[in-house]
Amino acid sequence: MVYSAEKLSEEKVFKDPVHRYVHVRDRVIWDLVGTKEFQRLRRIKQLGTTFLTFHGAEHSRFNHSLGVYEIVRRIIDDVFAGRPEWNDDDRLLTLCAALLHDLGHGPFSHAFEKIFDLDHEEFTRKIILGNTEVNRVLVRVGADFPKKVAEVIAKTSEKKLVVSMISSQIDADRMDYLQRDAYFTGVSYGQFDMERILRVMRPREDQVVIKKSGMHAVEDYIMSRYQMYWQVYFHPVSRSAEVILTKILHRAKQLYKENYKFKYELMHFTSLFREHVTLEDYLKLDESVIMYYFQIWQEEPDPILSDLCKRFVNRNLFKYAEFDPAREYKKLAQLTTLFMKAGIDPDYYLVVDSSSDLPYDFYRPGEEEERLPIHLLMKSGELRELSRESEIVDAISGKRRTDHKLYYPADFLQDETTGAEWKRQIRSLLE
Amino acid sequence: MLNDHAKLMQAIRVSGEIVGRKKLQKMIYIAKKIDFPFQDRFQFHFYGPYSEELTTRVEELCNMGFLNEVKEKKGGYFQYRYTLTEEGKEFLSLNQVEMPHLEDVLTDMNEQNARFLELVSTVLYFDNLSKEEVTDKVFTLKSSQRYTLEEIDEAYQYIEDLKKKTAAVMELN
Repeated sequence: MVYSAEKLSEEKVFKDPVHRYVHVRDRVIWDLVGTKEFQRLRRIKQLGTTFLTFHGAEHSRFNHSLGVYEIVRRIIDDVFAGRPEWNDDDRLLTLCAALLHDLGHGPFSHAFEKIFDLDHEEFTRKIILGNTEVNRVLVRVGADFPKKVAEVIAKTSEKKLVVSMISSQIDADRMDYLQRDAYFTGVSYGQFDMERILRVMRPREDQVVIKKSGMHAVEDYIMSRYQMYWQVYFHPVSRSAEVILTKILHRAKQLYKENYKFKYELMHFTSLFREHVTLEDYLKLDESVIMYYFQIWQEEPDPILSDLCKRFVNRNLFKYAEFDPAREYKKLAQLTTLFMKAGIDPDYYLVVDSSSDLPYDFYRPGEEEERLPIHLLMKSGELRELSRESEIVDAISGKRRTDHKLYYPADFLQDETTGAEWKRQIRSLLE
Repeated sequence: MLNDHAKLMQAIRVSGEIVGRKKLQKMIYIAKKIDFPFQDRFQFHFYGPYSEELTTRVEELCNMGFLNEVKEKKGGYFQYRYTLTEEGKEFLSLNQVEMPHLEDVLTDMNEQNARFLELVSTVLYFDNLSKEEVTDKVFTLKSSQRYTLEEIDEAYQYIEDLKKKTAAVMELN
């Protein structure tokens, strides 16, 4: 039997708190799960710093990747199989892309990408196409199979239906992370009837569409997404931790540039600081490694690096104030000056952080938009864009909500042993 | 401090005005690919590389009153014209960003049409592939645009010219 069609003698299952079970019967999928690059995802948290706010949020990208795979497997095997619009030759490609879609994520991805100019999608591509265990599994399916999987994940594949199952405004990725993140954070917002949505999904040439009868389940999904973004993902305390994490990396990189002599050997960070990170270097990074450095950097003589690491490790986070950049940018300039006078470096201790989300967007005929909307399949066979049928979705369509906050170390500002007058002025501006 | 906002405003200031959201996206992407320090992350979408972060930033700047967005009807569709407001100019004067040579490159791109910039940015997006593979990608993913082989050659030439322009200006300084 050819490798791509090979089945395990017995179905393997992973117990999963969200989907109950993740079912694996394909040999290729089982082999991919066992690769060291995929196992690495166990050591990278799905929600980064969110565990400092919601203590349950310790789940990993490994859990999520299996979940996305399971959703896609159910869509294909339980709903699409046998339908004329679905080509079953694409089954394995879709399952592999679902399983591997987050493979290139590193520890605390967002902060690392920002400071070290990295791109996790580029690393996903490199892991799939490079000299890796994952590549060796995929190549056994076909010489060009790794490339096809990488193209689906990068959304540059001509197979638009397959791409839309993994990445669109209603895709397996979002359906898994909303439910999984809700479960592990313990909030009640991320609930929606996924079983119902899966049952009403239909394949079309270039995207998945939803039977009109499933519209209310989709409404629920969009509202839960909206709630999760504002209640969990953009929680100001998690953002504060993210701000400190980013500033630690920023400070360490700056010190390296200035030839500062670190007390302990840097090893894993050297290639990051030099901005020449090979795939081999990258795969050695995980959150345990990063937390080790944050531990030892608490003992560095540089007061800023040491202080920021202590804050992160011991959860002594920055406080925040609401900030309106349009009305208050002059105040920000004033605060920057006062921080300098008070001997507190504003580059590290006065930070504007913005969160922004667009819960759903629709296509405006003729306009230069880039998002593929959700289409409802009407009884007549006609496709109608979701917000034209749903009043609830219409109410939030195209409406972006943005929030800016100003983060600062309140404990420093309360300590009047130095710069008391400047600190009092700062406090009065921040109140 | 709002440095990424300031960089985008600087790009619009040196361009005078930018007409079209797609054009703005492609100009910033191309500038980023030839090493100007824009931080926005891009993914491949229907019209080529597209950044959700950049879209957000543009909307934020409009809401802040730093960018002026004028919606205009053009033929069968709407397009958007972006310029800096007086308030935006004042903000920029307080938050100056250093991006030497940006004006030359953006002025040149601003003279091109959005369709051509879409092709140029697509070619740059696939810069890890051979020219033959890129051509294949353009014909497959951009079939509705009906680009010709000559246009793809022009896109490659244009990228080379932009890079030379940046290098030449850098040498002069």
